[in-house]
Amino acid sequence: MDWHQLWSIASAPDNVPIVALIPLLIFYIYLAWKQASANDALLAELETSPALAKTHHRKTWPFRPGWQKEVHVWPFLLRIEFLAAIIVTIVLMVWSITLNAPLEEPSNPNLTMNPAKAPWYFLGLQEMLVYFDPWIAGVVMPTLIIIGLMVIPYIDTNPLGNGYYTWKQRKFAIGTFLFGFIILWVSMIIIGTFIRGPGWQWFWPGQTWDHNRLIYVVNRDLPDLFGITSNLAKGIFGVIVVGGFYAIGGFVAHALFRRYNPKDYRRMSLLQYSIMMLFLLTMVALPIKMLIRLLFHIKYVWITPWFNV
Amino acid sequence: MPDKDNDTKPNGNRVGLLERVKSGVKEDVQSLKTDIPAKAKEQIDILKDPTRTQVYTSIFRHKHDETPRNRALGVLSNVFLHLHPAKINRDAVRYSYTWGMGGITFYLFIVLTFTGVLLMFYYHPSKVQAFRDVLYLEHDVPFGKLLRNMHRWAAHLMVIAVWLHMFRVFLTGSYKKPREFNWNIGVLLLVFTLLLSFTGYLLPDDQLGFWAVTVGTNMARATPLLGHEGPFGPLLHMTPYNDIRFGLLGGSIVDANALLRSYIWHCIGIPIVASVLMIVHFWRVRKDGGISGPAAVILPGDIKEKK
Ligand code: HEM
Repeated sequence: MDWHQLWSIASAPDNVPIVALIPLLIFYIYLAWKQASANDALLAELETSPALAKTHHRKTWPFRPGWQKEVHVWPFLLRIEFLAAIIVTIVLMVWSITLNAPLEEPSNPNLTMNPAKAPWYFLGLQEMLVYFDPWIAGVVMPTLIIIGLMVIPYIDTNPLGNGYYTWKQRKFAIGTFLFGFIILWVSMIIIGTFIRGPGWQWFWPGQTWDHNRLIYVVNRDLPDLFGITSNLAKGIFGVIVVGGFYAIGGFVAHALFRRYNPKDYRRMSLLQYSIMMLFLLTMVALPIKMLIRLLFHIKYVWITPWFNV
Repeated sequence: MPDKDNDTKPNGNRVGLLERVKSGVKEDVQSLKTDIPAKAKEQIDILKDPTRTQVYTSIFRHKHDETPRNRALGVLSNVFLHLHPAKINRDAVRYSYTWGMGGITFYLFIVLTFTGVLLMFYYHPSKVQAFRDVLYLEHDVPFGKLLRNMHRWAAHLMVIAVWLHMFRVFLTGSYKKPREFNWNIGVLLLVFTLLLSFTGYLLPDDQLGFWAVTVGTNMARATPLLGHEGPFGPLLHMTPYNDIRFGLLGGSIVDANALLRSYIWHCIGIPIVASVLMIVHFWRVRKDGGISGPAAVILPGDIKEKK
């Protein structure tokens, strides 16, 4: 165990934010979960007794008849904002006094940094470079993430859970978002920050970085495994594999979705449904592609003269 | 005005100049003796209650006492505070609902603008000067190091705060009707926050920034259609000298032009766009009916499903 190596990564000034992000995320997930389970318990109670549902104010916070439903912004909100500003300022001051922003040697195009890492918030995309060509990892994926986020309000037709924390009423939406945000985005960043060393190779936390380590992995392409040699056949093969993934995956997802989310399924228009499926399958494709690389050393599944997937 | 005791004066009705001056001065002295203390007393009374002065009432257009009306006016008649409504949902002030993350993000943006402008006084976006300016800031400028650190860490913190803000907006379902559009403005703000951070990374012109930006912009080579190594790029006659990466960097390598472009995007272009988007974002929060919750929970039975 090379504690020094681990410490030098975790304490690198620019990595401190991501070290801080982890406990923050845990805390806020806990805070959300606490409120969600309280609301879910209330929902369960109200569902079993319609009489109560008619009279209850339907919040987990206390409320009595005669209490005002609204409070004045001054002072009740503004004092909190003021306090928050002071706390953030103090945190920033202390952080800035105790920890210096990094400054390396002057830039030098002839002296490559190894590993050359993007800022931590882009490391998830850089990690994807291991599994995908740059045009996918660097261009298509960010574009899809942005568009995917933007379509969320238009494809989520579930009217429940608007304005309160809940898990029971939005399992699919929240589950998908957690998968995308925590598994695909944050954990890839953590891998990129703590695990990738020189040559973007995998070094377990505490393993010493070896700048001369070379790993010979022979990566094969899927068409080669099937003995396909001609370019045309490779192209067609790829279309079939990728198209097959979307077709079969789409069918499986359809079968599951209409069974377990019948209400959402009924509400969604064809356009909403196909957009959701497209993004869902593309999201699921990432870990699948990673797995077949890690398990079977497969680099590309679809090879064309212009691009490879 | 005809004088009634004309004849008693030795010089008829013509009073001597000296005498007139004398009596005038006497009056002035008398007035000083009586008026000034009176005015002073009045002045002290006014100063005891500054809210009655003209300066005060010209700035604050209403009283500051604890009536509901004045509490509301205090918020509504202030250009900065009137971002808020006068009253809000009693539970929305609980920290556990919004986590205050939108507000903290905005506050960090203000801190960044403030420290950023101060940094601009010392920084020249040129290959010769940039790195030296940062060294100068670190070692010679009073509080320069603190200034740079604060700018750097506030930027990182802002990225974290935006993510957490988006996370809570998602978890509370606040993007649902009628807030779909504001969620989209938010997504754009997220993108611009990341771009602000990224363009700032190059500015110290050190190895860290240089290689991070090199790695980042190398991906632009591979842009489909618009990059010289991207799918179909060569078919559209893309070369390292005319593709999208060239446009971003102002050259085929990360060099002086890239530094200048980064600087302009970082200090002028993106902040302006982001500010405009924030104005729209806040406006829409109000227009969409204020903060979404904590709302009364909805039972599935409350919803009328269409058959
Ligand atoms: C520079 C970045 C941003 C700033 C300064 C900002 C600021 C704010 C503020 C102050 C609020 C009021 C409520 C609160 O504090 O939670 C708010 C609400 C909201 N924000 Fe943002 N925001 C930003 C980015 C985003 C992003 C990335 C998203 C989503 C992708 C988003 C979506 C929303 C939505 C939907 C609301 C309404 C929430 C509700 O009514 O409960 N914003 N924003």
